[in-house]
Amino acid sequence: MKSSVITFPGSNCDRDMDVALKKFGFKNKMVWHADTELPKSDLVVLPGGFSYGDYLRCGSMASKSKIMQSVINFANSGGMVMGICNGFQILVETGLVPGVLLRNKYLEFICKNVFVKINDKRNKYFKNVNNEVLEFHIAHNEGNYFCTNDQLKEIEDNSQIAINYCDENGKIEDQFNPNGSIKNIAGIFNKEKNVLGMMPHPERMIDNSLSGEDGSLFFKNLINNLK
Amino acid sequence: MKISVVITLKKDVLDPQGKVIHQTLDGMGFKDVNEVRQGKYFEIDTKETDSDKAKTKVEEMCKKLLANLVIENYKIIDPK
Repeated sequence: MKSSVITFPGSNCDRDMDVALKKFGFKNKMVWHADTELPKSDLVVLPGGFSYGDYLRCGSMASKSKIMQSVINFANSGGMVMGICNGFQILVETGLVPGVLLRNKYLEFICKNVFVKINDKRNKYFKNVNNEVLEFHIAHNEGNYFCTNDQLKEIEDNSQIAINYCDENGKIEDQFNPNGSIKNIAGIFNKEKNVLGMMPHPERMIDNSLSGEDGSLFFKNLINNLK
Repeated sequence: MKISVVITLKKDVLDPQGKVIHQTLDGMGFKDVNEVRQGKYFEIDTKETDSDKAKTKVEEMCKKLLANLVIENYKIIDPK
């Protein structure tokens, strides 16, 4: 399986993602934002970081960079595109997934482990994951998911919510919402579910001695689903 | 020609920064403030000399980049 990770000026989780993808069997290529052509890929990842210094709105500049037109075309033709953290912010700015990510409700940068409940497994990202709840890491200042009421209805009607913040038992409540996101939303799909944007970092949970293994579960499963 | 644009958050969107600014103003003794909403201001200096054409272009800029229409409104201030 071939993957591509796009590096924007200010990306800082691109190499972590490269390590994670390779660890679980992807042949990964790093792609520079100013390139126009995407290498042949089964998965394209927009990594975390602070692309363009978060100027104007997080992800807004990166969403207009040269490579993004190829990424958008790839996604629109059914290609798997995953945006993590700043990658999620870039995805919402392209319009590939609905909504926006606002400043965290309590105005603080949040850096901690969280639990997320998988809301829908009828997709290549979470199909066959045995767990209902995964422990991932978040580190962001603008992760407060917001959308209009009409968009929310559409997202719910199409089961586009991928994961919600919850406690270790999968209980989705306000007190487990770290950033004020509507409905505790931590990640969403596009309608066709080939595009996934999420704030948590699975690539930070791939080594038991450093963190945890729930990211390993996620990547192992992902590559099997793509085969 | 210089054209100015003001971007504001839509009414229903939470503005935590505005809220904190409001609280701080309150703490400083400005007790009669009802609400503070923070926005953005741009000055765009364009080569276009026709003011209608320039406004149309700036409107396109607002829609495509400067504002995110899910959460923000934009207002173009007439060029002088």
